[in-house]
Amino acid sequence: MVTRRSFLQTTALLSGALVVGFRLDGRPAAAAEALAPNAFIRIAPDNTVTIISKHTELGQGSYTGLATILAEEMDADWAQIRVEPAPADATRYGNRLAGGVQMTGGSTSMAEAWDEMRRAGATARALLVEAAAREWSVPASEITVDGGVVSHSGSGRRATFGELASKATGLTPPAQVTLKDPKDFKLVGKRVPRVDNKPKTDGSAQFTADFTAPGLLTALIARPPRFGATVKSVDATAARRVKGVISVVQVPTGIAVVATGFWAARKGREALRVTWDESRAERRGTEELYAAYRLLAARPGKPAKRVGDTAGALRGASKIIEAVYEFPYLAHAPMEPLDAVVRIGSGGAELWAGSQAPTIDQQVVAHVAGVAPDKVRIHTLLAGGSFGRRATPDGDIASEAAAVAKAIGDGNPVKVMWTREDDIRGGKYRPLYVHRLRAGLDANGTIVAWEHRIVGQSILGGTPFEAAMVKDGIDPTSVEGAANLPYDLPNLTVELHTTKVGVPVLWWRSVGSTHTAYSTETFIDELAQASGRDPLELRRALLAKHPRHLTVLNLAAEKASWNQALPAGRARGIAVHESFNSVVAQAVEVSRRPDGLPSVERVVCAVDCGTAINPDVVRAQMEGGIGFGLAAALWSEVTLVQGRVQQRNFNDYRPLRIVDMPAVEVHIVQSGEGPTGVGEPGVPPIAPAVANAFFHLSGQRVRRLPFARLSPAGTRTI
Amino acid sequence: MPDSLKAMAAIRINGKERTVIADDDIPLLWVLRDELHLTGTKYGCGVAQCGACTVHIDGRAARSCVTPAAALPGRDVVTIEGVSGAVARAVQDAWRALDVAQCGYCQSGQIMSAIALLSEIRRPSDADIDAAMSGNVCRCATYVRIRAAIHEAAKTLGP
Repeated sequence: MVTRRSFLQTTALLSGALVVGFRLDGRPAAAAEALAPNAFIRIAPDNTVTIISKHTELGQGSYTGLATILAEEMDADWAQIRVEPAPADATRYGNRLAGGVQMTGGSTSMAEAWDEMRRAGATARALLVEAAAREWSVPASEITVDGGVVSHSGSGRRATFGELASKATGLTPPAQVTLKDPKDFKLVGKRVPRVDNKPKTDGSAQFTADFTAPGLLTALIARPPRFGATVKSVDATAARRVKGVISVVQVPTGIAVVATGFWAARKGREALRVTWDESRAERRGTEELYAAYRLLAARPGKPAKRVGDTAGALRGASKIIEAVYEFPYLAHAPMEPLDAVVRIGSGGAELWAGSQAPTIDQQVVAHVAGVAPDKVRIHTLLAGGSFGRRATPDGDIASEAAAVAKAIGDGNPVKVMWTREDDIRGGKYRPLYVHRLRAGLDANGTIVAWEHRIVGQSILGGTPFEAAMVKDGIDPTSVEGAANLPYDLPNLTVELHTTKVGVPVLWWRSVGSTHTAYSTETFIDELAQASGRDPLELRRALLAKHPRHLTVLNLAAEKASWNQALPAGRARGIAVHESFNSVVAQAVEVSRRPDGLPSVERVVCAVDCGTAINPDVVRAQMEGGIGFGLAAALWSEVTLVQGRVQQRNFNDYRPLRIVDMPAVEVHIVQSGEGPTGVGEPGVPPIAPAVANAFFHLSGQRVRRLPFARLSPAGTRTI
Repeated sequence: MPDSLKAMAAIRINGKERTVIADDDIPLLWVLRDELHLTGTKYGCGVAQCGACTVHIDGRAARSCVTPAAALPGRDVVTIEGVSGAVARAVQDAWRALDVAQCGYCQSGQIMSAIALLSEIRRPSDADIDAAMSGNVCRCATYVRIRAAIHEAAKTLGP
């Protein structure tokens, strides 16, 4: 713990703007002043502790997680904690695991902020203790803090954080603090309710869609029917006559109809007559892309990983197993379709959005509005889901809203909304991929070679992240989960063909692992079958050097009673996969529906995510990740015919419904390591685990997703 | 009747008579959200496929995105902001106790469907829950907890 001496000996630089209570004139701070010991905490005289969250709340629990860490080190009472989003300021709120950009993504929030938040919390605690020590003239070392109350047992004095806040405002934070021994944690690792569960159950939670302000206008944008098409001409006569339509303006992404509300904007958009220039539009369809990709997969690609002599080992193998996999484009389809509000006034602009990258959006809005970035104020609101869609390197929705606000030019705030149809047909999909895997077995059935080729578009190509992240033509997001195959094999080759297609693509919850986990974890089952081994035993034998994988694999298998017989009509499958530095294994039980498709009855999930800050949030993310992955495995796909997206809404871009959801039990490995990813790692194992179980039930290897393709009406809602 | 009067409709919303503009086939959803600023009721699909817009009309769950406001004079509309009574309390308490919500965007609709279900069937089976809740999509896939929370609410309500 911090001593009075360490205060006197050390000084620390304060982040000026937020230190409300800091006085240069030496007078005591006024009683009503709040204490802001750093950029992440504000303690008010009313005894509330407000946590300033550098990470956006998308549903993944980042507000609750960051608050838990800070409250833990402060010894605050959970009931006094409030959370508010940070403003855009990369110097204070940049993500060190995302190149310093202020960004929520890549399942980094807890891993990135763990140390920083612990220190911030401990610093605040030390200031409150020091204030009490001075006030009561007792040694700081005799003071204890518990549940938001600072006490000195010798004198019987006690005070709340709120009472001490103004007294601590003039103190200099210590440069060094002692962090808690994890064995003393009272909140971290315990059941702590989410900070946002009340507003999310009484209708009061404010999403961007709900934001309103005087003069607010609503805009919908007519977008081209094919990717890459542009506006040739527009007849807006009828649209302008629609009651409530204020104006019709052209923006880079199409024709915006600006109205007093959503319904008028929609009616106006329907009345538009737009002629599109499709001369440079993408006209290929899904089937053409699959065919072209399959041809590429037959040829060597750029090396992403080379161990040993795979070609030589394949030549010498006594048996070759080969499989080709096809993965469709996928839309993220968060429940709140994309939206953003922008107001451009004289000399500055404001953005309200559930932004995952506030500083990127700030740059983008500044560029469109023609003002300096520091003249753009960002208000981050709750996001109604994202799954990657609200983290765009080009700030697409912010840019679009800014373009409309600029075009109407009247200083009114304008809310650009995407309809569900815009969302399903609007691109930025998980790319379409083809994988070809070949393995060689020797006469004993031992795997002697593994060759993996991946064909698909680059997610990072053409973005500001390309220069830093794409090396030697390999986009790491195309091969992650494959190039780091955990199985101990003597000869391993992973190759990549990067394609150019005019369909915009983006990371989608668990990114490369959305497809590499499926191909590698179903292929290893095929090899187990070919060599007459139990799939669990084969994995164990090849994972001896990967203790975290082994631990979750064994835990999932044990909790699923892997070796116990199942009733007729049920089968088990298992998969294990590392992503975002966490390892997850899932063992599933599957039966068959009357239409032949799998029905997933039960999932046993084991996760090693380092320190589980909020175990219940971890469980929720595993449950949700399983459901999200299962939707894509069973039902969802975006297909194109002659460049036109065939799906429109949830009737044909089929989501998972409650009737499809298996029972899920989650087991968290106890770990003393720092926290690793949680938002995404629950997704990758479910699809291959189901596929492996389904094979045992049906004899079918499913190599083109979604499973619904096995049944004629499968992709449509029942 | 002049056009300007035809456009108006008197609807009972959360217990209060409200006179709203109800022309151009405007669905109840957009009257609630854009005119009355009752934004707890959400837009998710506009075609009654996701249930985010679920409200109660005369006590039954209804999709406000496909319900023309002009069809509602004399009807009793309740939104998430106006729910009350033992069933609503039990459902909202269970939702909080189990931390059902993740992003939370669909949860108003989920809760409205759950209240309607429990108002009709005090001890719903899993099959009852599937039937009543399958029209409500949650992309965060909070379904495990939605099911558990409905059973929990049923338990606290008693027979």
